[in-house]
Amino acid sequence: MLEITEGSHAVAEAVRLCRPQVVSAYPITPQTHIVEALADFVANGKLDAEYITVENELSALSACVGASAAGSRAYSATTSQGLMLMAEVVFNAAGMRLPIVMSIANRAMGAPLSIWNDMQDSISLRDAGWLHFYAEDNQEATDLHFLAYKVAEDPTVQLPAFVCFDGFILSHTYEPVDILSQEQADQYLPAFAPAEKLDAKDPISFGMYATPEYYLEFRYETNEAQKRAKDAIAKYGKEFGTLFGRDYSAMIEEYRLDDADTAIVAMGSVCGTVKDAIDEMREEGKKVGLLRIRVFRPFPIEEITKALTKVKRVAVLDKNVSLGSRGGATAIEVRDALYGSTIPVKGYILGLGGRDIRKKDIKNIVDLCEKGIGDQFYGLRKELI
Amino acid sequence: MAEKKKTCDLFDCGHRACGGCGAALAARLVTEAAGTETIVVSSTGCMEVFSTPYPETAWKVPWIHSLFENAAAVASGIEASLKKQGRKEKIVIMAGDGATFDIGMISISGAFERGHDFTYICYDNEAYMNTGIQRSGATPYDASTTTSPAGSQSFGNKRPKKDMPAILAAHGAPYVATASIAYPADLKQKVEKAISTPGPCYVQVHAPCCTGWGFEGEQTIAIAKLAIETGLWPNFEMVDGRVTKVKKVVRKPVTEYLKTQKRFRHLFKPKLQEAEIAAIQAIADGNAEKYGLDIKLPPKKE
Repeated sequence: MLEITEGSHAVAEAVRLCRPQVVSAYPITPQTHIVEALADFVANGKLDAEYITVENELSALSACVGASAAGSRAYSATTSQGLMLMAEVVFNAAGMRLPIVMSIANRAMGAPLSIWNDMQDSISLRDAGWLHFYAEDNQEATDLHFLAYKVAEDPTVQLPAFVCFDGFILSHTYEPVDILSQEQADQYLPAFAPAEKLDAKDPISFGMYATPEYYLEFRYETNEAQKRAKDAIAKYGKEFGTLFGRDYSAMIEEYRLDDADTAIVAMGSVCGTVKDAIDEMREEGKKVGLLRIRVFRPFPIEEITKALTKVKRVAVLDKNVSLGSRGGATAIEVRDALYGSTIPVKGYILGLGGRDIRKKDIKNIVDLCEKGIGDQFYGLRKELI
Repeated sequence: MAEKKKTCDLFDCGHRACGGCGAALAARLVTEAAGTETIVVSSTGCMEVFSTPYPETAWKVPWIHSLFENAAAVASGIEASLKKQGRKEKIVIMAGDGATFDIGMISISGAFERGHDFTYICYDNEAYMNTGIQRSGATPYDASTTTSPAGSQSFGNKRPKKDMPAILAAHGAPYVATASIAYPADLKQKVEKAISTPGPCYVQVHAPCCTGWGFEGEQTIAIAKLAIETGLWPNFEMVDGRVTKVKKVVRKPVTEYLKTQKRFRHLFKPKLQEAEIAAIQAIADGNAEKYGLDIKLPPKKE
């Protein structure tokens, strides 16, 4: 049913429909509206879950680890500083192969303190073993939660998943969103039934320690599971499309990319602005297209290589920066995907800490890329430097 | 021929603990008391490492280790999950004193305040033993460790033990107790009581560490007994915040305990540090007064 609702509330509705049995979270802007809504669902009998009001984010995810290991579907949500406080558990949950799903309302990292959007938080944890989904709009932010649980819990995958959507820009924006019915959700996502769990009837040990004779293989196996997640995303993304009309089988989206000279690569809500800018540039005769990355882990390297074969240049937008390197994480990985080709890849770090990104910025970046200028911060206030 | 009774059914033989390890004995006694319908949550530490070198495990009950500081939070999630599934297993946390007194303090406080139903066992060997004997909030006054070494300007650890039982009783824990591996029946009874009491319960088990404290492995029990007999380890029970049971003793001077361990050797050699020993005796006297440890003997007849 189509409803005009706030992004956070739409996400909370999706989480409710996924029937998590344990919800454990801690308030932090701009994520708080999600967990407030979930607490309200529990208080009013609309969600049959244990809601654990933990004392910080480290415990929020730790409680999910316990709940998931004991056999319950577990959910948390956080952002920014909260995500970093739980960073140790983020690695731990992936290493223990627990299919927890966590919403990230993406926000900048301090210092200086910023409550506004960029993607430095989740991107900084890209090596932990979690699946990373990035939504362009609130419809996707909502739908990706169903897909995330479905893929995470698949026996060939068994990995936790971040569902990321831009803080404030999506979390606090009202948009029309089609929310599934409970019957539809149940049809798509069956009850969690892990093959192994903490159970007195069949005692096993979780989270043992591994000597150098064993550790390497654990990391290898987790990486193999990331690779297998590609097939699971294709399968279950297609199933979602067949059932509900919105197909998420592709890890990337191509917009007017077929005959493009310049490809813009980006993730998240900025892609809406990019599409509008592309339409205007096309009217002016500029052949520009977009490659939107919806799944950052596993990284769709083959898909990106293939989609960018025919372009003359690539402009990558990054709302994060790997300080001390050549740029942002997306640019670095896209350049890796195109290694061996002569197509120039230029990175642009922009929008950090909530700085607006406008259509004219996208057009300026295309101009810069055409001139071969890139691998830089974009939109700096020169008077402050 | 009568078969020898197996005593290590749920915490199995073959683990990697040192001979004479107080913590390993605690694990055996706690699992015996808890029984098969138990899920154990361990923090990072000596016990976790010596009992679960992949692909081997000493635990014959379901067991999970996540991190150093989060056992109480992991247990909170397990409890919530079991509740939702209508399962009846009991949850027992096994954590060292570093995990309990120091790094896990926030998650313990949160979990006790929320009132989850679990039993938190702290095996207290009075320092970070897994990383090589560094002081913790549970290290006693004047104990020499690798981060509180005795030296020309120091008598070792500068502070007495943090009073964790009082802190957790103040959280409203319905049952708090101290116990010792030297008194197995008492320890097991306390664990059973903690497990059968709804809500978050705490049992702090004195578990001497031969490697960290510096004594021969066969002395573990004798030293644990001396800790109680000198008043340095009060063995008591608290129900709803009130002390209800105390092990009374005819107290020995603290030197009887201190002289058995290398961590206190600097108090005796090269010369007797009378003022420091008096300060430790004052700690024992304080415990005796606070908990009523002393057995009052009838006056000797002339």
